[in-house]
Amino acid sequence: MSRDLLAKKRNFHWDSIFKITATCAGAFVLLIIVLIFGQLMSDSWLIWEKEGLAFVTGDRWNPVEGREAFGALPYIAGTLVTSLIALCIAVPLSIGIAMFLSEIAPTRIREPISFVVELLAAVPSIIYGLWGLFTFRIVFKDWFESPTHEALGEHIFLFRDAPFGLDILTASVVLAIMIIPTISAVSREILLAVPAIQREAAYMLGATKWEVFRMSVLPYAKSGLIGASILGLGRAVGETMAVTMLIGNAVGPKAFPFGFFQQGNSLASIIANEFNEASPVSMYFPALIGLGLILLFVSLGINVCAHLIIRRVTNAHEGGIKGF
Amino acid sequence: MSSSERRLEFRNYFQDNLGSRMVTDKIVKIIVIACVAIAIIPLGSILVDVVRMGVEIISFEFLTALPGAAGSGEGGIANSIQGTFIMIGMTSAIGIPIGVLSGIYVAEYANSRVGKLIRFFNDVMMQFPSIVFGIFAFLFIVLVLGKFNLWAGAIALSLIMFPIIARTTEEALKLIPDTYREAGHALGIPKAIVTVKILLTAAKGGIVTGIMLSVARIAGETAPLIMTILGSKGWFRGTETAMDALPLTIWRLSLLPYDEAVMFGWGAALVLITILLVLNMSVRYLVLHRKGGSGSLGMFMRITGGKK
Repeated sequence: MSRDLLAKKRNFHWDSIFKITATCAGAFVLLIIVLIFGQLMSDSWLIWEKEGLAFVTGDRWNPVEGREAFGALPYIAGTLVTSLIALCIAVPLSIGIAMFLSEIAPTRIREPISFVVELLAAVPSIIYGLWGLFTFRIVFKDWFESPTHEALGEHIFLFRDAPFGLDILTASVVLAIMIIPTISAVSREILLAVPAIQREAAYMLGATKWEVFRMSVLPYAKSGLIGASILGLGRAVGETMAVTMLIGNAVGPKAFPFGFFQQGNSLASIIANEFNEASPVSMYFPALIGLGLILLFVSLGINVCAHLIIRRVTNAHEGGIKGF
Repeated sequence: MSSSERRLEFRNYFQDNLGSRMVTDKIVKIIVIACVAIAIIPLGSILVDVVRMGVEIISFEFLTALPGAAGSGEGGIANSIQGTFIMIGMTSAIGIPIGVLSGIYVAEYANSRVGKLIRFFNDVMMQFPSIVFGIFAFLFIVLVLGKFNLWAGAIALSLIMFPIIARTTEEALKLIPDTYREAGHALGIPKAIVTVKILLTAAKGGIVTGIMLSVARIAGETAPLIMTILGSKGWFRGTETAMDALPLTIWRLSLLPYDEAVMFGWGAALVLITILLVLNMSVRYLVLHRKGGSGSLGMFMRITGGKK
């Protein structure tokens, strides 16, 4: 009897220890997020104190001691512009791929093609950067940038700068290639989640595949596809290595993105490039940490939006054909 | 619009114009297939380039020797390969227990509100830019210890790793029917034992898949390593020193102005991509050969699968 009781007691003991350990592990993510924000804020405090909001709106960048000036605006703009261009290229392609995989492809080739597209997601950023730097940049410059510059350079200011290969457009296109797998995989899941009844209703009326997609699948999946695109945008914003290798790494006012063929810079790439040069006791260091904090807030905002949209969609229920 | 008006509208739309509608349909199909082709071309080009350049440089010496003078074309990248595997090991040692326990907490212990909250933050943290974890580890460990070291790198990478494992573990545990838990409790087995011995065993496939995906993800990470393990030219000399890893080597070599150095970079890229493809293929094998559908786990893996 007493031994049974002892065993029970011991088990109870271990049980609660396990529960406490698991709870701690669960709470760990909250602790880490708070710690990351706290650490980044306290270490960039100096720059906020010195420059205030001018740090976000300024465009000068000079780490030389005595003449220090730090403004993050060109890099914020660079991050947003490259990500948005990438999104404009990647979203139509990804939705096309998702449509192919969910509506058009015969079942037999669905799996291999989604596998290949997902392989793109497994290739690390640094290899995209290497490929972009030594293969894509040259092909892209010779076949697209130079002809476009010659044809449109005098008329449209966006194409004004002489193309060199390391510029905002190259970085954006490689970024687009990198986020296509993310967006197309999520979009495919969203399209597959559209109830079969939606499609059948349209087929019954005599619609072709494209009409079925446009009239009954797309309206149903629209907000989900927007969520998937925002998720891709979040990816693009935080992307570091490939962008660093391709964007040209300009600093100061000339890094502000005014044209496709101009050298720019993004938040993540300026941090990656200059972090090890900065002495932890100078103003340079808190300025870079401040850029990290801004990057964190930008990506956090984008991702929270994406999650809220996607969650709302996956909780949605079946409905009738939703208009044209 | 009332439903009868709408019906009329559809009926009008679908009248007597089949020919032109079929043509539109064909054009759209061609566009869509072109989309797939455009997406696959870069992958093909990357793989062809990496293999073509990498095979030229890879030899026994390349895989087993320390690097020679920069740009001399001598030596190898053995220390980077060693570093990558050490980083994977140390990161897993921190990330896997936390991730699995966190997944267990959300799936088995948390009430639905707390569970939702933690799941949400895991999702959010999974999308943080990886460079932020590097900055954090630098401030938190490198500055405090006063030197670049492997633990800082491992901690930065494990912060990328554990939310992925936590989410896959949670999804895998949720797929197990409640009868398993009830049977365990009916036998008087304490909850901890039920969880570890019955549920984890049943969810093994899903959890291993999550772990391997997260390993594939961290093995290619570069940005956090720049700020934590810095890179070196020697063998592993303890966890308190700087160390090299394959992504770091590729970055450093690709920026050097010597063709030989760049070729070494391609070689390192081939080694890295081989490691990652083997991991991804094994994941696919595991998923395809596991009993039961992948369900939400499948969607989740596609969201998280690989990056950077």
